[in-house]
Amino acid sequence: MAKVKDVVDTLNHAGFPKTRTGIEGLDEITAGGLPTGRPTLVYGIAGSGKTVLAMEFLVRGILQYNEPGVYMAFEEGVDDLTANFRSMGFDLGALIERKLLVVDHATLDRSEIRETGEFSLDGLFARIDQATQSVGAKRIVLDSIEALFSGLSNTELLRAELNRLFRWLKKRNLTALVTGERGNDRLTRHGLEEFVSDCVIMLDHRVSDQVSTRRVRIVKYRGSTHGHNEYPFLLTPKGVSIITVSGFALEYEAMEKRISSGIIGLDTMLGGKGYFRGSTILISGTAGTGKTSFATSFAGAACRRGERCLYFAFEESESQLCRNMRSIGIDLERWINKGRLQIRAVRPSRHGLETHLLRMDELAAKFKPSVVVVDPVTPFGPIGTFIDIQVMLTRLIDFLRSSGITVLFTALTPSDIPFEESAAGVSSIIDTWIVQGERKVGEERVRNLHIVKSRGMAHSLRLTNFNLTDRGVEVLSAAPSAPKGKAGRLRHVTIPSRSLGEALET
Amino acid sequence: MKRNRARKEFILRLYVSGATSQSTLAIVNIKKICDDHLHGRYALEVIDIYQELELAKRDEVIAVPTLIKRCPVPLRRLIGDMSNTERVLDGLGIRGHQMPGIEP
Repeated sequence: MAKVKDVVDTLNHAGFPKTRTGIEGLDEITAGGLPTGRPTLVYGIAGSGKTVLAMEFLVRGILQYNEPGVYMAFEEGVDDLTANFRSMGFDLGALIERKLLVVDHATLDRSEIRETGEFSLDGLFARIDQATQSVGAKRIVLDSIEALFSGLSNTELLRAELNRLFRWLKKRNLTALVTGERGNDRLTRHGLEEFVSDCVIMLDHRVSDQVSTRRVRIVKYRGSTHGHNEYPFLLTPKGVSIITVSGFALEYEAMEKRISSGIIGLDTMLGGKGYFRGSTILISGTAGTGKTSFATSFAGAACRRGERCLYFAFEESESQLCRNMRSIGIDLERWINKGRLQIRAVRPSRHGLETHLLRMDELAAKFKPSVVVVDPVTPFGPIGTFIDIQVMLTRLIDFLRSSGITVLFTALTPSDIPFEESAAGVSSIIDTWIVQGERKVGEERVRNLHIVKSRGMAHSLRLTNFNLTDRGVEVLSAAPSAPKGKAGRLRHVTIPSRSLGEALET
Repeated sequence: MKRNRARKEFILRLYVSGATSQSTLAIVNIKKICDDHLHGRYALEVIDIYQELELAKRDEVIAVPTLIKRCPVPLRRLIGDMSNTERVLDGLGIRGHQMPGIEP
């Protein structure tokens, strides 16, 4: 984090002044904010979040940077806006009353209009002038001035007037945010980019399979470095939240305490002590290899220690999960009834990436679990691209880690893709990675596992068989060789066929 | 004046911005058109947006000059310097029935 701030400060000293938006992630990808005293164009399709971003720019300007603002709406819906922002905890009415914000509304109804000759936009200028002076505005939003094009047909004259307007705003040293609708052959439908060329930001909102994902990109920022990627963003109850991987603190406190995986044989393979508390664990494998059994074993172990576990189930309902796990001797209902286990079953297609992320954050903040299971992460596949998943996981892990929570993910790997490829992208954020597989021995399928990596501990490198019995997961374990974990010296130890649950309870 | 206006058929309000050439032109043009076509049947009020900004805001004046015709209905906003007489007449509804569907 400190590094990002240094870079931002350096840029601010070297280049022209920037105005911080206070919007999560935006100041980072713009290397310090929007150009002070100049207009910035924010464009995107309808519903891409332009208005929320624009209003948040003003509200945060007032609340965080003591810069009053003017919101000039050219379309209907200001009342909705006020209501929306109230639900986000921003009381626009109070800001208006305190003379920090002006929300003005100017519309043109073409059906009423007859054009009879040359005109100017002096009426608009006068209104903006009065509004900005009445609160001493430093920031202004024009949302969306393009609406004038649908009211006035003399576009040549209108363009000349808009040009005059933007020059006038610059002269007043107003930091302006101008919204525009995305166009087909141009960035915006009416070519607003001709007037606003200092900073251009694109918002995107893709919907596929009834699932939405939002992205933001800095298309252009004259005289400034900026992030070039498309960054996913969320519309959260607190406003716009742009997700930037680089912004996360990658240094965490060194993990020392160990917690059981819930499977004795696996604990043995993991240096005899299980996972690190606060670490991130991935269990991947092809269909039916027993990922959920490992996940619930881990959840059960946490509950048995008296801790709370939040379990996100994306493939099964709570009752299905309970029934299936009962069949292998794992009693989840008991922990649910004791209030230690909370299962959240959601069909991934029902919400977008953003909703999922949001929900996980919120639930985790509320339930305060010490352990979180996401089973599995792969159904997100159809929802977002792999990059999205990586970013989302990184974001989620960052949040959970900063709260000291241990996270276990399961991931379904397609049988035709080598596992290294299937999860290569997320590997860097995973501390312990266990891969499950199976092979045919005679007429039987035999399940096996190996530990791809487990940071900071000596662990077994051996391909080890395991069974799903009616008393839980049974790993036919190999202990790691002391002291340096060399595979060649592993002893093959068979663990008595008892589940950890029984072992601890008897 | 008010009593007088109430009896007029056409109640017109022209918004201008100071003494710009467009404003001056609009005043001259609309007066001539009204005298030619609505002699004695209209009341015209000329308002400078800089003097009466609140009024201009209430009337949603963005472009200037704007002539607002409240009576007779329907409400019309005639935007521009009123140099296109045909359009002005159409906007006032004087020749609208002869030239249906005229759009600016």
